[in-house]
Amino acid sequence: MTLLVPQSGAIPHPHPTALSQPFWNGLSRGELLFQRCDVCAGATHTPALVCAHCGARQLQWAPSTGRGSVYSWTIVWRPQTPAFTVPYVPIIVDLEEGWQMLSNLVGCAHDAVHVGQAVEVEFHPLTADITLPYFRPR
Amino acid sequence: MKDHPFHDVAIAGIHNTRQARVLEGHNGSSIAMEAALGAIADAGLTPRDIDGVIGGGGATDFVYQHRIGPVWRSMSGAGIPAVLEAASAIAAGFARTVLIAAGSAGTYTERAATAPWTRPANEFVVGFGMFTAAEFALIARRHMEVYGTTAESLATVAATIRNNGHVNPEAIYFGRGPFTPQDILDSRMIADPFHLLDCSMTSEGGCALVLTRADIARDLAQPPVYVLGGSTDHYGPAYQNPPSFDLDGRGDPRLVNGWVGRAAARTAFSMCGLRPSDVDVCEFYDPFSFEIIRQFEAFGFCGEGEGGAFVLDGTIEVGGRYPVTTDGGLMSFSHAGAQAQMLQRPIRGAQQMRGECPTRQVEGAAVALCSGGGAGALFTDVLLLGKERP
Repeated sequence: MTLLVPQSGAIPHPHPTALSQPFWNGLSRGELLFQRCDVCAGATHTPALVCAHCGARQLQWAPSTGRGSVYSWTIVWRPQTPAFTVPYVPIIVDLEEGWQMLSNLVGCAHDAVHVGQAVEVEFHPLTADITLPYFRPR
Repeated sequence: MKDHPFHDVAIAGIHNTRQARVLEGHNGSSIAMEAALGAIADAGLTPRDIDGVIGGGGATDFVYQHRIGPVWRSMSGAGIPAVLEAASAIAAGFARTVLIAAGSAGTYTERAATAPWTRPANEFVVGFGMFTAAEFALIARRHMEVYGTTAESLATVAATIRNNGHVNPEAIYFGRGPFTPQDILDSRMIADPFHLLDCSMTSEGGCALVLTRADIARDLAQPPVYVLGGSTDHYGPAYQNPPSFDLDGRGDPRLVNGWVGRAAARTAFSMCGLRPSDVDVCEFYDPFSFEIIRQFEAFGFCGEGEGGAFVLDGTIEVGGRYPVTTDGGLMSFSHAGAQAQMLQRPIRGAQQMRGECPTRQVEGAAVALCSGGGAGALFTDVLLLGKERP
């Protein structure tokens, strides 16, 4: 059994784009943002120019509750690069507002992960400009 | 059988160079050149007979070094889309005889990390340690959760394909077996549910095909292999967004990313009036064991969620009803770089149609279904090859 913790090594950094910068700015403030459609109220992620549901261009950034459940998971024992400590647990999270994102699970034993597990977001600064959103059991 | 312009096109030449974990002294261009010359010679042609090429640097180097310009050239990469585009170009009259060539060598040198083409540095995945095994694992785990698919079914696929490579003298892992499903389950875990032996290898090598008009192919050195049909399904860029089984589908749950390849397979079958039950050989792309199970469901060989049981009891072995990936595939034959390996299923499908496989030849095989890609990468390509012109 290994207690899952955020990565502390020199892992590769995300490079935001003009489109995604508000998402990363939100994380630095401790907010998990997604895009809400003014027309159909659908949620969109990853950051986009048009609504994933109706194609409208009227998208507004909105804060998520950061709560959701595990949709799928894997436990990685052979790291992508040696900068990652194993095991780590990539998950796809179903957020309450009806969108999905990729993250890593922390705050529990690696073999406690399961589909449907209730989780909430947890913020961990990687650099002065980049904070990563991890998820822990709730 | 239905008529389609592809039916006037045939594969006339094929070649795999020697495949190895590392090919000393080669780069991508030099090994693609060997592959190209091999496929042209196999067809009984010379470089001057080529008037169209598809591929990256290796293919354009070939045009320049052999001074065969002007030729028609596509910007396609490789794999089944290249075969379909070659068939389209020939049918449309852009070219008469098209070379597809790709090679990979000398690109994977930093072995402490996973291969560079398996870990694109997109902002939404890069911080979470993603690479292809983890991407495909997220698809497999969802299927296991929803349908109860077992690790034993995955292991049966891996053992079957690895045993096909075990007896193939041209496979990189020739003689490494035989494997039982338990051997797969006993190998170390890479990305749950994938053990080491559920995963493809990385390697180097070159692959090439020559396609030409069917009436020309009939007078060349090899029996023509006919293009019966094919198509491709895409859901967006690979390895940038969450690889969700339930992504998209235009509102139709039967067409979500988990069933990627279903629409393409329907198109391919409709081009020639065939059905899955007409297929004799399943040369399916095998990046990870689960992907074979998924493809049997997506392509309509069995119902959704039935793939785990479908692959048991010898159905997918040579001698069974639907033999799969008969040269050992990406797991045991070779997985050369990002592009060359995408040509290996069409090449093996053509070898099966020619009846020339020294090992694991499917007796009397007349129709082969080849594939590429997978749900973890949000795309799947399909190609139907035939021994006879429809």
